[in-house]
Amino acid sequence: MICKMALGALGRQKRKNRLIILTVALGVSLAAALLGVMFDVGDKVNQELKSYGANLNVVPRGASMLSEMYLLEPDSEETATSEQIEKPADNFIAEDELFKIKMIFWAYNIVDFAPYLTVPAKISDKKILLTGTWFNKRLSLPTGDVVDTGMTNLKAWWKLTGPSGDDQDLTGVLVGRRLASELDLKPGASFQVQVGDKAKDLTVRAVFDSGGPDDERVFAPLALAQELSGHQGLVERVEVSALTTPENDLSRRAALNPGSLSRVEWDTWYCTAYISSIAYQLEEILPSVRVKAIRQVAESEGAILGKIQLMMILLTIMTLICSALAISNLVTAGIMERSVEIGLLKALGASNLSVIFLFLLELFLVALVGGVLGYVVGFGLAQVIGLTVFGSTVDIKTAVIPLTGLMVLAVTLMGSLPALRALLSLRPTEVLHGR
Amino acid sequence: MSDNYILEIYGVSKIYGAVAALKDVTVKVPQGQWVAIMGPSGSGKTTLMNIIGCLDTPSEGRVILDGLNLGDLSHAGLTAIRRESIGLIFQEFHLISYLTALENVMVAQYYHSMVDESEALAALARVGLRERAKHFPKQLSGGEQQRVCIARALINHPKLILADEPTGNLDEANERLVMDILRQLRAQGSTIIVVTHAQEVANQAERVIVLEHGRLAQDRLNGPPVELGVSLVPGQGLNETLFSEEPRAESSFSRKTG
Ligand SMILES: Nc1ncnc2c1ncn2[C@@H]1O[C@H](COP(=O)(O)OP(=O)(O)O)[C@@H](O)[C@H]1O
Ligand SMILES: [Mg+2]
Repeated sequence: MICKMALGALGRQKRKNRLIILTVALGVSLAAALLGVMFDVGDKVNQELKSYGANLNVVPRGASMLSEMYLLEPDSEETATSEQIEKPADNFIAEDELFKIKMIFWAYNIVDFAPYLTVPAKISDKKILLTGTWFNKRLSLPTGDVVDTGMTNLKAWWKLTGPSGDDQDLTGVLVGRRLASELDLKPGASFQVQVGDKAKDLTVRAVFDSGGPDDERVFAPLALAQELSGHQGLVERVEVSALTTPENDLSRRAALNPGSLSRVEWDTWYCTAYISSIAYQLEEILPSVRVKAIRQVAESEGAILGKIQLMMILLTIMTLICSALAISNLVTAGIMERSVEIGLLKALGASNLSVIFLFLLELFLVALVGGVLGYVVGFGLAQVIGLTVFGSTVDIKTAVIPLTGLMVLAVTLMGSLPALRALLSLRPTEVLHGR
Repeated sequence: MSDNYILEIYGVSKIYGAVAALKDVTVKVPQGQWVAIMGPSGSGKTTLMNIIGCLDTPSEGRVILDGLNLGDLSHAGLTAIRRESIGLIFQEFHLISYLTALENVMVAQYYHSMVDESEALAALARVGLRERAKHFPKQLSGGEQQRVCIARALINHPKLILADEPTGNLDEANERLVMDILRQLRAQGSTIIVVTHAQEVANQAERVIVLEHGRLAQDRLNGPPVELGVSLVPGQGLNETLFSEEPRAESSFSRKTG
């Protein structure tokens, strides 16, 4: 009966209902698009991240967290002391083992890698860090393959004022933007670097802008750093850029403890290019290292992502409030037009609650049409946003559908609040005997 | 002996700002009586009906309906009384335009208890509209719409039927039809209070109450001279007299008693 009444009432007030549908559809489409993009933007940003930069950090098993921290603090007192230089041998990885990185199961997913060896040094009494690396190293693998790898490709987004480093040019270095401006070093300039009692004359090949803390450093050929530090044939750290499959439950469990997987799960995991399985394979082939997924980058991106998502949620809420305000007038006017009918129902003994229920049911049916319409339009809108911002379509998560339903409900309830007040205060005596 | 009265009104007043719509009205209506309320426009007839029908509350005085003091009831309690005990018939019919005649009757069932199509159809048959059950209000004449309104008022077997100028919008033929139905209801023992301007309508009632400026101006009995005490609690004899005396109005429906 109540459905019959609700549906019957919908047939009337067609114009108003169409407007309500339109308003709800508009609000919901915007909100659904925003939510759709919001849920997908994390994946999108990860995809962007994957296309450049390192995502694995290979360190010696014995390397302490402490020394990693010192390396990030070029101005701290301890960095320049000689204890740092005399690290025990198990704090290093042998340079001549690094080719094995390209021989794991997922070798073809290893896009690039570069080793690092950092030496605390001084340039005219200023404490600095000099990091040796491969700029563009040609490796011949036992398989006969030849591989070019190094920092020049790994840090492809760095802006250089001149040519990149050359592994053969043992006196040519790259100087970070901030350090260069502090010491007034221009490309082509010469300067002297001191490590302990050794001194070396170097030339600036180029100044680079990494957009990060590396701008305080000097990057030199690995052989130079090894010579200055006395750690011949050793490196401290290797950054690896690998193409990976997005993480899922399996990979996360495996990352915690590969032993917890069943045989089949383990095979699946091992043969999928998860970052955790690649890390595992690297540790297999280089037993003295520890491989960690680089999180710093992802986390700072995550913070920005969080802010963007918060903004999108706020926008979504505002959109919904706007459509609620827009429909509230229509809804209230609709109640006024039907005051006699509502008065009659009350006179017949309908409780306030049942009248409100009938009214909300009607409104919700109308809003639902708007919601479905809005969802479809919003889906399209999300694709437009995805294509313009990320250059790819957006996968709408299934969670958006119930959320859209909730949004329709919220808009309907918010939009009908003023009408509900009118409904409650409507007295049958005032409408039934036309005075 | 309050048990015999379906309705007792003691010293009821209703004040709207400076206007006193009702002033100190006291009326007792026995079970099964047909009362007509007359009076000039603005004399408080509708106000009184609203108070009796639990749609409004008096500013002063007490109303006891079927032994219940309405002043003791909450808003929800009054709503429940409307639902359970009162059948309302309106001058403007107030049918819901997008529902058929049958559905309009069923709305009252829905808010009362449960919809029962066959019972609703029977109610329409009682007012001679069995064949028009599937018609919408705009397909029905004024008289037919009023009969649907009556069927709706009857459907839940109310103790009290309140009709505020039920024939005010009808022509004479339809007026007769409607009065016929009310007479039948009366014969079946319903208590009816009808507000009317038409003397012919008032003549059908056993008792006429006249309001003037919100005060009770007259309270008299109709029909064959009967002793006051007897007629206030009417017996079958009075009904039979009324029916046999009145010329039968033509109607398309068969009279049913039950
Ligand atoms: N809600 C109201 N507010 C103010 N005055 C009212 C209201 N309802 C009725 N009245 C006044 O009360 C008096 C009686 O009205 P009513 O009961 O409708 O008379 P009747 O039905 O006999 O024509 C009139 O003077 C009317 O103007
Ligand atoms: Mg009136």
